[in-house]
Amino acid sequence: MKILVPIKRVVDYNVKVRVRRDGTGVETAGVKMSMNPFDEIAVEEALRLREKGAADDIVVVSVGVPQAADTLRTALAMGADRAILVQSEESPEPLAVAKILKTLVEREKPDLVILGKQAIDDDMNATGQMLAGLLDWPQATFASRVEKTDDGLTVTREVDGGSETLSLTLPAIVTADLRLNEPRYASLPNIMKAKKKPLDTIAAADLGIDLTRRLTMLSMAEPPTRKAGVKLGSVAELVEKLRNEAKVI
Amino acid sequence: MTQRDIMEFDIVIVGGGPAGLAAAIRLKQLLPDESVCLVEKGSEIGAHIVSGAVIEPRALDELLPDWADRDAPLTTRVTREEMYFLTQRKAFRIPALARVMPHLANHGNFVVSLGDVCRWLAAQAEAMGVEIYPGFAAADVLIENGRVAGIVTGDMGVTRDGAQGPNFAPGMELRGRYTLFAEGCRGSLTKRVMAHFNLRAGVDPQTYGLGIKEVWEIPAERHEPGLVLHSFGWPMDDRTYGGAWLYHFGRNLVSYGFVTGLDYANPWLSPYDEMQRTKLHPVFRPYFEGGRRLIYGARALSEGGLQSLPRLTFPGGALVGDAAGFLNTPKIKGTHTAMKSGMLAAEAVAAAYTADAPEPDTFTDRLQASWLHQELSAARNIRPAFARWGTMRGALYAGIDAAILRGRAPWTLHFRHADHETLRPAAACPPPVYPKPDGTVTFDKLSSVFLSNTNHAEDQPIHLRLRDPALWKPVNWDIYRAPEIRYCPAGVYEVADPDSTPRLTINAQNCVHCKTCDIKDPPQNIDWYTPEGGGGPNYPGGM
Repeated sequence: MKILVPIKRVVDYNVKVRVRRDGTGVETAGVKMSMNPFDEIAVEEALRLREKGAADDIVVVSVGVPQAADTLRTALAMGADRAILVQSEESPEPLAVAKILKTLVEREKPDLVILGKQAIDDDMNATGQMLAGLLDWPQATFASRVEKTDDGLTVTREVDGGSETLSLTLPAIVTADLRLNEPRYASLPNIMKAKKKPLDTIAAADLGIDLTRRLTMLSMAEPPTRKAGVKLGSVAELVEKLRNEAKVI
Repeated sequence: MTQRDIMEFDIVIVGGGPAGLAAAIRLKQLLPDESVCLVEKGSEIGAHIVSGAVIEPRALDELLPDWADRDAPLTTRVTREEMYFLTQRKAFRIPALARVMPHLANHGNFVVSLGDVCRWLAAQAEAMGVEIYPGFAAADVLIENGRVAGIVTGDMGVTRDGAQGPNFAPGMELRGRYTLFAEGCRGSLTKRVMAHFNLRAGVDPQTYGLGIKEVWEIPAERHEPGLVLHSFGWPMDDRTYGGAWLYHFGRNLVSYGFVTGLDYANPWLSPYDEMQRTKLHPVFRPYFEGGRRLIYGARALSEGGLQSLPRLTFPGGALVGDAAGFLNTPKIKGTHTAMKSGMLAAEAVAAAYTADAPEPDTFTDRLQASWLHQELSAARNIRPAFARWGTMRGALYAGIDAAILRGRAPWTLHFRHADHETLRPAAACPPPVYPKPDGTVTFDKLSSVFLSNTNHAEDQPIHLRLRDPALWKPVNWDIYRAPEIRYCPAGVYEVADPDSTPRLTINAQNCVHCKTCDIKDPPQNIDWYTPEGGGGPNYPGGM
């Protein structure tokens, strides 16, 4: 089985993001970037399927700026076999990414696409579903358990109030949720080896896909800062404040 | 015992700051075919770098003379500089600064983000073939047959109780014919190497400072790129060494910070609160109005200078940069000295490598013959004068030593106490009264730590350990009232139930790796170990 794992380069989850002074977006200059944590889980799951003998070829792909090659190297260091970078502007919209991935799926002919359920930068939670729609493939989103069966996959997904188990035929799309696995650390020798693994670069413009932005951001602002609390002397004072200041009782 | 994988290199360098990176580049210039491996505990190069920083390009000019053509991030030249002596409400500008304090003349220097400079140096080093691995902490030293044989990287995925977690990955032995320790001030392996080879025999105790820094973005109309301000005096009393800096650089950025000499005596003193309240002085405050704070960080620095430099080499390697203590304290600069020390050590290692000698001991002679030694020698009496005579008389002495004797005094002043020995009992000292944070110019500690982006993988062993937990109550609490809760700039230490059964709580996940606790703890009971690689602060560009 061949697995394609799309990954995204995002602001590192440890970084406290801040809105640019002009309100046009989040500051990314000089900010540490790394692999979207849900995509890391997707890479790990692909590796585990290979270790169980259910997969033999793992291709990672990223759509984005040239520095996304570093993110692909991280996936190669974890153990992926090959990488493809589709160079585009920063953070294209999910539909554009899904269209690019569809083209790559047609070229690479994987049996399974595993990707993170969403990216932690824009939290769109859309690319996997859109790709399934464009390809007309079965999909299992928010996976917390993936099992290879003789004729497909059994996937447990996280749903409101519990879990749901689906049986899928291949080819299929799976999106990874947090509890699916705990990704491994890339070891030093594997980081070294990853430098020599194949990484192809394609220009998004050469794929003949309409990448026009369809969404307009109206504004972006930081959440209001919490006001300092006050110490009250008595219950009566508390009731008075709740009634006249907070107006909740 | 875990079976560890082994990787062999010609030279292993611990730490990706200016000293380690300069050494790596010089090594590749001298030994282009030999393998040089550099490990860095931060998640990326620059992630753990804190410095003012005004840097003198002298060492960089020697290392990479064409740095300007390689887009080095040295773009803001110092345009104007002022030094103030502060009282609570007034400021006295030191006249004719370049004559009275010649070591402070910053003509030709640059205001930079040292983190960005390190990222750039790392790119130059990688292009020359240096293998750089951020996210890997050097957790142990390999000492075999009386010789340092390399280091061991930390295990990953160890749980809080020391067991192997589900994603456990054992550390590796990185073996090198020579190992350079460039860990910065109070490096945890440097400490072990110094003890093992007795490198501090016959030298003065090291004395330290704690630098706490913020980066602000301020309104363009108040920004004067290249402006450099320093202060001494208030809020420190005459017996306490310390002062503030404020530098304008980049696009509307301001670097502000405060260094407190860790030889302070009052256990109630809080370097963090001193740093915050100094912002309220009329000299500094206007620059913060209408601005916003972007980054916060802290790091200890070695202030002892020449008298406190340990023996620099041992069989199998050398100490470089602030791990050894090359900072020029009166000049308030350590980058050019760190880089030069790395370059000299690299030259000594290359010579030893060619001669197949076990110890790169020509480092010491090369140092003696260099401008680095001259510079540290001329500066050597100033910091100890402050320690001995206090700020006013120390400053007077500094003026005479630098401006009249030109650093050639026929005597050398010594440091008599290590910083952990200088605290007085809490009952004998008045607690300073610090203003409450106002939320616009001054802030509380925890909201500050948030801006360091510090993080440690959960469920790992606590990396700050008490050698003898029973010592805390009778010494730290009963005598000094837990000075660690005040000197720690990251809120790592807290005392639970202070009124009934006081106990020390260690919030290791807040740690910004400044090393102050390892230095200042009165009974030297706290040991700082490397947490899992990649942990600690994630200082962004501009820091």
